[in-house]
Amino acid sequence: MTSSLTPSSVGSALVKRGLADMLRGGVIMDVVNPEQAKIAEDAGAVAVMALERVPSDIRRDGGVARMSDPQMIQEIQASVTIPVMAKARIGHFAEAQILQALDVDYIDESEVLTPADEENHIDKWDFTVPFVCGATNLGEALRRIAEGACLIRSKGEAGTGNVVEAVRHLRTINAQMRRLSSADPSELFALAKDLQAPVALVQEVAATGKLPVPLFCAGGISTPADASLVLQLGAEAVFVGSGIFKSEDPVRMAKAIVEATTHFEDAAIVAKVSTGLGAAMRGAETASLEQRLAERGW
Amino acid sequence: MRPIGVLSLQGDVREHVATLENLGVAARRIRRTSDLEGIEGLIIPGGESTAIGHLLVTSGLREPLATLIGDGLPVFGTCAGLILLAERVLDGRDDQWSFKALDVAVRRNGYGRQIASFEAPIEIGERGTVPGVFIRAPRIESFGPGVNVLATHDHGDGTGAHPVLVRQGAAWGCSFHPELTSDVLVHGLFLDALREALR
Repeated sequence: MTSSLTPSSVGSALVKRGLADMLRGGVIMDVVNPEQAKIAEDAGAVAVMALERVPSDIRRDGGVARMSDPQMIQEIQASVTIPVMAKARIGHFAEAQILQALDVDYIDESEVLTPADEENHIDKWDFTVPFVCGATNLGEALRRIAEGACLIRSKGEAGTGNVVEAVRHLRTINAQMRRLSSADPSELFALAKDLQAPVALVQEVAATGKLPVPLFCAGGISTPADASLVLQLGAEAVFVGSGIFKSEDPVRMAKAIVEATTHFEDAAIVAKVSTGLGAAMRGAETASLEQRLAERGW
Repeated sequence: MRPIGVLSLQGDVREHVATLENLGVAARRIRRTSDLEGIEGLIIPGGESTAIGHLLVTSGLREPLATLIGDGLPVFGTCAGLILLAERVLDGRDDQWSFKALDVAVRRNGYGRQIASFEAPIEIGERGTVPGVFIRAPRIESFGPGVNVLATHDHGDGTGAHPVLVRQGAAWGCSFHPELTSDVLVHGLFLDALREALR
């Protein structure tokens, strides 16, 4: 009754997408050092995203934003027991190779960093480590899945503390999926052309009513109410970047967003955890932004 | 049969609910203490054990569940659920707690980080072979005399075969994720034992 390992079984689509399934209903928090990573884990985060600067600081500082220093990623890996993710630039497969060599648990091919290739994203099928990618609409999500992404996050507008773009992207993806579900099968070819997405994936979404991989939400979530909102709009988990460590009381904010994510349908609990939290991050109106990160990637 | 509860604080809840429903059993999502009323058994899903452990405390579910499990409520944990049922947790957080329903020592991420996550066929005695999906899986390093080992896996790393599906009385745990596949054998075994005990 002892089974043994077949070598080909590492890095299968099932184990790559499976880790995303394990993160559902949870909060993934951006952290820039081991202290913040501990705070995130203590608060009940399901994973941390290790990066040198949170998006609001990247936005403020300008310049080229790149993959983080491996030392900093390793220090964070050593400080927590939960999965550690890290970001590579769009199309920068060498950064992704480094992150895989560092044994990170998930790579975010992220528009928050400065793109390295304006035509091609990373061929993610080449990797054992799974990838998450951002999307503003269904076509973009399906193109990333065709390239091997195992998890999609709606992009929102990172570093703004403003949830409006996250809502726009989630609603767009959901509306486009509903359109496919109600379409006649003979219409799916033309719809695939409109979406600029592979027909097979379009047919799969039409049949199942959902993406072939989990759909999380990112970009602008900064209060427990924001988390509840995007979960009610169909997101299965949330990424919180600047929203926690740019708030007045990060420890309480982190715990509150975790609880609001689990109990998103229970307004009494969301109200309770929202009470007396201190100030959320200051935030920025989308119209005032010089750079729209969500426009990176296509 | 009354419904089986599925702890729904975080993790792959939906797959467990679907598996139970495929087997013709009613499932109830458990998020608050009032949800516990009248359940026949409980499944603790895969997810992050630290996050689920934290949410068990904040939701007030930890104490009533500890009492129910101590009183013999049938319970089945997969992956993170196994960690939460284990007597001892190795390589966990300093303050990691568990229900101690299974006399096993489990090592968190005992097979490695995500890059080492794998699939392997798991043979469950004469009952057949199921696909085993191991994701940052806990490894059972040792177990007490009261533990019934139902399946093992040799990872070929020189440490020999480790249990991957165990049972102690009404408590069941496995290192892998039967809920991520369409195979319902493992859930079926848990439910068969539960029905047997009701008789």
